[in-house]
Amino acid sequence: MTENLGTSPDEVQFRFRDDETVDHGTVTVDACCDQTNATAVRIEPGDDARELLPFLDRLALVEVNFPSFADGRGYSAARILREAGYTGELRAVGDVLIDQLSHMRRCGFDAFAPDVRLDEKDAQRAFATWDNVYQATTDGRKTIQERRHGADQ
Amino acid sequence: MKVLTGNDLKTGDVTWWTGTSWSRDVNDAADVGERGAEILAREEAARRVNVPYLIEAERTENGVRPAHIKDRVRAVGPTVRPDLTLNPQNPEALDWVI
Amino acid sequence: MYKYDNYDQQMVDARVEEFRDQARRRLEGKLTEDQFKPLRLMNGLYLQLHAYMLRVAIPYGTLNGEQMTALANIADKYDRGYGHFTTRQNLQYNWIKLEDAADILADLAKVEMHAIQTSGNCIRNISSDHFAGAAQDELVDPRPYAELLRQWSSFHPEFTYLPRKFKICVIASEKDRAAMRLHDIGIQIVQQDGEIGARFFVGGGMGRTPMIAPMIRDFVPLDQLITYAEACLRVYNRYGRRDNKYKARIKILVHELGKDEYTRQVEEEFAHMLDQGVEPPREELERLKPFFADPTFEDGAKTVDRSDPDFALWVDRNTHRHKNDAYVSAVISLKPVAGIPGDATGDQMRVMANLAQQYSFDELRIMHTQNVVLPHVKIADLHALWTQLDAADLGAPNMDTIEDMIACPGLDYCALANARSIPLAQRISEKFDASGKTEKLGELKLKISGCINACGHHHAGHIGILGVDKKGVENYQLSLGGSEAEDVSLAKITGPGFTEDGVIEAVETVTDVYLAQKQGEERFLDTYRRIGMAPFKEALYD
Ligand code: HEM
Ligand code: SF4
Repeated sequence: MTENLGTSPDEVQFRFRDDETVDHGTVTVDACCDQTNATAVRIEPGDDARELLPFLDRLALVEVNFPSFADGRGYSAARILREAGYTGELRAVGDVLIDQLSHMRRCGFDAFAPDVRLDEKDAQRAFATWDNVYQATTDGRKTIQERRHGADQ
Repeated sequence: MKVLTGNDLKTGDVTWWTGTSWSRDVNDAADVGERGAEILAREEAARRVNVPYLIEAERTENGVRPAHIKDRVRAVGPTVRPDLTLNPQNPEALDWVI
Repeated sequence: MYKYDNYDQQMVDARVEEFRDQARRRLEGKLTEDQFKPLRLMNGLYLQLHAYMLRVAIPYGTLNGEQMTALANIADKYDRGYGHFTTRQNLQYNWIKLEDAADILADLAKVEMHAIQTSGNCIRNISSDHFAGAAQDELVDPRPYAELLRQWSSFHPEFTYLPRKFKICVIASEKDRAAMRLHDIGIQIVQQDGEIGARFFVGGGMGRTPMIAPMIRDFVPLDQLITYAEACLRVYNRYGRRDNKYKARIKILVHELGKDEYTRQVEEEFAHMLDQGVEPPREELERLKPFFADPTFEDGAKTVDRSDPDFALWVDRNTHRHKNDAYVSAVISLKPVAGIPGDATGDQMRVMANLAQQYSFDELRIMHTQNVVLPHVKIADLHALWTQLDAADLGAPNMDTIEDMIACPGLDYCALANARSIPLAQRISEKFDASGKTEKLGELKLKISGCINACGHHHAGHIGILGVDKKGVENYQLSLGGSEAEDVSLAKITGPGFTEDGVIEAVETVTDVYLAQKQGEERFLDTYRRIGMAPFKEALYD
């Protein structure tokens, strides 16, 4: 059960963390629940991210796979983990394209390993798309509605 | 005959493959025989056409007539707005669609 | 009406620039069509039969004269001088160039409009009651809630790649003028023990498997409204089917899980989310309400001079009771006899814009029946209004009659169509107008879709017509007994389909059955419900 599913650190094109990049093979969600020492796991679109909640303390890396950018289940998986207090690396892998970056970032992803390397300039522009946001997520940004009613930066 | 059609990437105009380029007039359409897939791939990659596809058509004495009504509507324009069709002077064009 | 603040403006402007960049990358070949398609769709840009088509959002169907004028100018400058108002209270342009699209969005942004999320598998434009803020029978104005939902659903980071499109509707009266229960989420603002709250209906829709949304919560407190919607969406995003496009709508999830199990999952997610701070501050709703406050109504005449019978007929047909009895809401019909349902020229849009400024506190509404409303017209001004409408070919006195049919663009414009809808609509309206039967038939809702996607609401028509493809020839199925109103029901197919001429005959036949069987004040729908399908079938097929 040690088949290496994970992306290697070299494949991580964007990272918004200061700690060292985890370089362990990831295991499946099922394996992670059975195995007490796994520290890295990969979530596929059909997996229930909530099955990982009992093990969050020992996890340093969660990869969420997007086999197709059009399958948006990974966004919910990411938010569920962050809402449950997960603070380790949350890496979007697979069919990760320029135009999904800003939303992924808001849902809690802090590392990106796209199948096809992205144009650096286009990507930086994409991360900076929204000066302000309408929805509250766990990324801690104050929403427009909060700003309107007195919350400062 | 087999002909290729698609839309112009920039303008969205309906276009037909003439054998060397793309024309807005269905009557310019060329028979591509078995080479359709190959031309499609090349032309789409070069962005000279968007979402192209291969259709059956028939060469008649009045020109090229696509087999499916949808492509005949595409060739002429909306049947309910003769003023906006490719050839507003020719009201018979609409009967050709049906 | 709602006015953008700097934040809203910034969001829309940022989106224009984002799209400009995406279009540039597409034209430069950095994006393939497969990658670009969902992005352009999320900005309302389709590739249709003849060209690109741009769908502009008219949030909850409300707009002002300046906005309507901007729509007219876009029609003239970038399109071919007209636009098509849709059953989703949007406007579609049929002849757009990709290279112009970002400039059009920029022109829209200047008047606080956009095409955001008018397509794609995301939360679409929120729809609402076209008489909101004017109707005599409403509890409150539903639009502040719709605006709250508009902001929440715009660029939602989690719900931009849903299994399928998602449509939300908000109303606030017992009468349903917005097909609320045929939406993915229908919200009715209600009062319980003196408190205002939201009733949630989830899992309605049309398309190939029409369903009426069941109620899943009879009362959600207002300070949990967004959280509850978010829970409904998260369950759908996680578990909605993605293996089959035709089973991907939330109605299928609710149906397959069963309403109770879906509700249980939503309630569980909701309980979790209540601690997550997703609800906007309560002050936000209070900030929104004054934007929709009543204009200053004046006293005035409560009746009209009926000496001109044409005018009197228009007043009877095309005005709706207002909460102030010196006013009415006036319906501008986009269904002239033999016209194209829902189409308006740039000039007509400008006429409507001017009339709104002159007679309706600068407000217009788009109806799901593809007409336009001036919500607050002084009864004393009606004659002057009607005279000007009539001169612009906008005065057809036919609201809710058989001539006021809904018709989707069909095979004249739509790449998915099986058959044309518009020519049928034209011929039926011409026929019934000529025979004078329209008047005798009273309220009769005829709805035509050019294919099973049901954009023309045929499932909800008293009489519905569906275009099908019969070996490459246009063919039409007839159905009876649908309703999108508070007495919501789905129409049933009469039997084998008809040719174009045949279906027009068939419509005539079923209306004859009605007129022969009608009791008292019964509408077509009432008679159908009383006598059932058999007599109609007999007349059609025997
Ligand atoms: C011409 C381009 C259009 C295309 C390609 C298109 C496509 C579709 C598709 C594929 C569906 C089925 C969705 C499903 O069941 O999952 C649909 C449903 C619908 N569309 Fe359109 N449509 C078009 C125009 C319109 C227009 C002009 C209107 C308004 C008149 C409209 C209003 C609707 C409505 C009300 C539904 C059904 C609502 C529902 O199932 O929730 N669409 N459309
Ligand atoms: S019902 Fe079908 S034909 Fe009509 S607009 Fe919708 S997709 Fe097109």
